[in-house]
Amino acid sequence: MQSTMWSFKGLGNAVAAIADNGEQITYAQLAEFEEQLRASVGRALVFNLCTNSIGSLAGYAAMINTHIVPVMIAAELDKSLLAELIEEYLPQYLWVPAESKPSYVNSKEVFSSYGYSLLSTGYKACELYDELALLLTTSGSTGSFKLVRQSYQNIKANTESIVEYLHLDATERPITTLPMNYTYGLSIINTHLYVGATILLTDKTLAQREFWNFFKEQKATSFGGVPYTYEILKKLRFFRMDLPSLRYMTQAGGKLMPELHKEFAEDSISKGRDFIIMYGQTEATARMAYLPAEKSLEKYGSMGIAIPGGRFELIDVNGELITEPDVVGELVYYGANVTLGYSECIEDLKKGDERDGKLVTGDMAKMDADGFFYIVGRKKRFLKMFGKRVNLDEIDRLMKAQYDNIDCASDGVDDSLYLFLTDKNLLEEARKYISDKININISAVHSVFVAAIPKNDSGKTLYSELKKLF
Amino acid sequence: MTNLEKYNQAFIECFEIGEDQLEGLEYQAIPTWDSVGHMGLIAALEDAFDIMMDTDDIIDLSSYEKGKEILAKYNVEF
Repeated sequence: MQSTMWSFKGLGNAVAAIADNGEQITYAQLAEFEEQLRASVGRALVFNLCTNSIGSLAGYAAMINTHIVPVMIAAELDKSLLAELIEEYLPQYLWVPAESKPSYVNSKEVFSSYGYSLLSTGYKACELYDELALLLTTSGSTGSFKLVRQSYQNIKANTESIVEYLHLDATERPITTLPMNYTYGLSIINTHLYVGATILLTDKTLAQREFWNFFKEQKATSFGGVPYTYEILKKLRFFRMDLPSLRYMTQAGGKLMPELHKEFAEDSISKGRDFIIMYGQTEATARMAYLPAEKSLEKYGSMGIAIPGGRFELIDVNGELITEPDVVGELVYYGANVTLGYSECIEDLKKGDERDGKLVTGDMAKMDADGFFYIVGRKKRFLKMFGKRVNLDEIDRLMKAQYDNIDCASDGVDDSLYLFLTDKNLLEEARKYISDKININISAVHSVFVAAIPKNDSGKTLYSELKKLF
Repeated sequence: MTNLEKYNQAFIECFEIGEDQLEGLEYQAIPTWDSVGHMGLIAALEDAFDIMMDTDDIIDLSSYEKGKEILAKYNVEF
């Protein structure tokens, strides 16, 4: 096992994070908290119920540094889904917002700090692979037990690479726009703790006055956003906002519409800011590619080039390497940030590295003559809904389990999910049910009546036919 | 339709709720009024009253009641 990820002690009284309620934590306090945790808990599995708060952040950082393995879960996750996850993985501890403590009746408090409580569940220690550092959900919403297993080396490699290409230093003050259980949000935290910067923590959204007040009062220097974030920003007439402290913005979590990419690139150039498009997956810790700011306009629509330390290949349908420009193939990534693999049950936590530094992304892409990559589609059936991955096969399964007497299927485009059902009377109910289950605004979930789900001779659903219906 | 009816209709359709839920309704008090729902509501109000709202007003519209005050600035009377 490696030494600690971050060295907080050396950073002394520099402020590590400021929350929107005014609370702060210094790096020296993070170091102290790390010691407190080390003294109470050995290597163990802990569920961290995440919010963008000091307690959640301190817990996460100290766990990584003390080789306790956190499973990062959205604090607002459906209670029954959380109970199922706990039953499968039997974590010895839970790190939860103190006010939610009473809902964990079978657990005992070990200590509480920074508004969070460490609860002991009484479950026995399970076997954990030595290099296993962290577990993240992939969609986090459909009740899937599938977690991504990240190693210490994965986090370190990706963190160092991102710090290098974004040129981060201790003067940065990123403001959170994403949850820390989401790999992109977490990578912003990892990288800024690494350089000793000050993270501005808020769960407020861009649609709220409180967010912008906090932004301006604390002089935020950067934020990240999914494609939908940039649509909101445009609607909020971001181009006319006066934000002198803002140095750069990043975008990931799905492909930004090229026109919007261009508008933000132009605006950023005119204001002397950097706009950096990135590409990644939880399976690659966080980031795999970035489009350098100076190319943001010239190469708009592109996801960029491999991050420092990584490289891409494009593979055609016959498994052959594509060397010509502008030929579409499946994107394959190589790098030290390629994660160990998945875990679907507690036994998987003892598994070692199953990928050996190679990730077949499932994304279809092409490369231009200058070596810049462009995503053109996906091989697997999933959508990005406001940055969150939604697996369409899982949606199909959820519907089939709920409505057993009818036939149903799902498809869609990013930010728009379509449900197809053979019963007119269930259209509204199905929308509500699915939107609830996956925690996606119902206005983005549509349902369509079909007399029959189109299928081929072997009974496989013809999604291409369904695509004609939306 | 009166202005109040149009105003109510925008909330009811965007958030898929009943008229009885409107009074005292606040941002994030129901699952459908998140940032996605909020931007949908703004678009619906702009459409219904043929107005273009300022950034400050979009981010200040944090409740059903507050929205009425804000629309008054755009000469929408209830």
